[in-house]
Amino acid sequence: MISINAAVIDLKRLELLADGDTPIHALDARAKVLVTFVFIISVVSCSRYELARLIPFFIFPAVIIALANLPTLFLAGKITLVCSFVVIVGFFNPFFDHTELYQIGHITVTGGWISLISLFIRSLLTVGATFILIGTTGFTAVCQALERLGIPQLFTTQLLFLHRYIFVLADETGRASRARELRSCGKKGLGVVSFSSLVGHLLLRTWQQAARIHTAMLARGFAGHFHARRQPSFGMVELCYLLSWSSLFIALRLFDISETIGKVVTGIFP
Amino acid sequence: MSHHIVEVIHLRHIYPDGTIAIKDVSFRITHGESVAIIGANGAGKSTLLQHLNGCLEATSGQIRIGDMPLTKATLPDIRRTVGMVFQNPDDQLFMPTVFDDVAFGPLNLGLVGADVEKRVTEALIQVGADHLRAKPPYHLSGGEKKRVAIATVLAMTPDILVLDEPTNGLDPYARRQIMSLLQEFHHTKIFTTHDLDMVLELCQRTIILHEGEIRADGPTGEIFRNDDLLTACRLEKPLAMQGCPLCSREADTTKP
Repeated sequence: MISINAAVIDLKRLELLADGDTPIHALDARAKVLVTFVFIISVVSCSRYELARLIPFFIFPAVIIALANLPTLFLAGKITLVCSFVVIVGFFNPFFDHTELYQIGHITVTGGWISLISLFIRSLLTVGATFILIGTTGFTAVCQALERLGIPQLFTTQLLFLHRYIFVLADETGRASRARELRSCGKKGLGVVSFSSLVGHLLLRTWQQAARIHTAMLARGFAGHFHARRQPSFGMVELCYLLSWSSLFIALRLFDISETIGKVVTGIFP
Repeated sequence: MSHHIVEVIHLRHIYPDGTIAIKDVSFRITHGESVAIIGANGAGKSTLLQHLNGCLEATSGQIRIGDMPLTKATLPDIRRTVGMVFQNPDDQLFMPTVFDDVAFGPLNLGLVGADVEKRVTEALIQVGADHLRAKPPYHLSGGEKKRVAIATVLAMTPDILVLDEPTNGLDPYARRQIMSLLQEFHHTKIFTTHDLDMVLELCQRTIILHEGEIRADGPTGEIFRNDDLLTACRLEKPLAMQGCPLCSREADTTKP
């Protein structure tokens, strides 16, 4: 169960990154949420055969990671882990899509392979952008920003509780599985029977602990609102941040910058 | 008018499964008193405490904090007045850092910016945990967690402190630290605990709860000298009041 505990620690570390003190951290969460939203829409709206068009989008995570002093290797590891699941989803694309797109020497590149790579790059970009948003803003502040942007409070509070519940569930799962492993003496224990009972117990135990944590929150004046330490203020800096990044993303989506640069370079050096 | 008075009148609590946790409990705790509620496992101590700031709703009976009866309308005021420290600090610490956790209460009270910073710093200094402010709570030791849990409550400047098993699971040094800390507070204090030696040191008054009822309510020394009462309630004298089996030291019956 080391992996579960390690995953929880990683999740908590991501949350802690939001306590940084860089200009990116200081921006109003709404600006960061909106920029991430425009970024994700621009990336996912690219057609599945457009590889070159996606590459320039890497400028956004690269710049923000540098400006916000985020640990690149840590983030890259987590992003790759999530994206590997996406690759599993697109694993069969090369088998079903035989549209011939490119010919490199004797090798024919089919649409299936291109769409698989495109899926991977798009997931890298979107998952990366989401991790960067959490790492520079914090989950609580993101939910508050969503609320101020008009998402119903019921929804944002549910999101926050879900986020808290992940930690409670993971902690309890780690403990219960360790206890089971230790008494299984390296074997499978009682197999599915003990496993189903363990899952049932986990649900009840995490339910109880979540209720106790909720009680502790109520005891400290929680009334359905999470308050952020940073006071939100959407000023000129945020507006410039939002407009400049959004215009860049829309431009990258509408015009194939990679192709233009390619033509310029091949024009100069024919 | 004082917010420091706690009055429990004919309190009764039945859990949804039909278990009668509290049968009929009444007591009044006045300004500045330090009171221990002791009893065997399952006596109803934690259930009783959870009524004091409205975490549990009474089946019948009434709670009054100062001049306020505990109702839905007075609940926010009562929760600010009665600071509750839970038995397991992991239930109480749920934010990413110690600072965030201590700031959670003041932010809910509507404080902002420098006021929050000031409250948090004062509370952390009071429990000697200011150096832990940037740490995630899950990286703290048991004693540190307990002190931070107390700070989360102190930051809301309560008039009454309610602590469920404050020394449970702590090593002797951390236990002593918590006890010294609690001794410095001039709030009205209510504890539940199995640490009877702590009761002897910190509480002038003790209430024994047995099977959901009050079996005794009086000066701590008097209660701990009543062997029959303690045995009937599945308790025993604090170690400080027992003779030593190794050096044959006589029991100190003069305590406290």
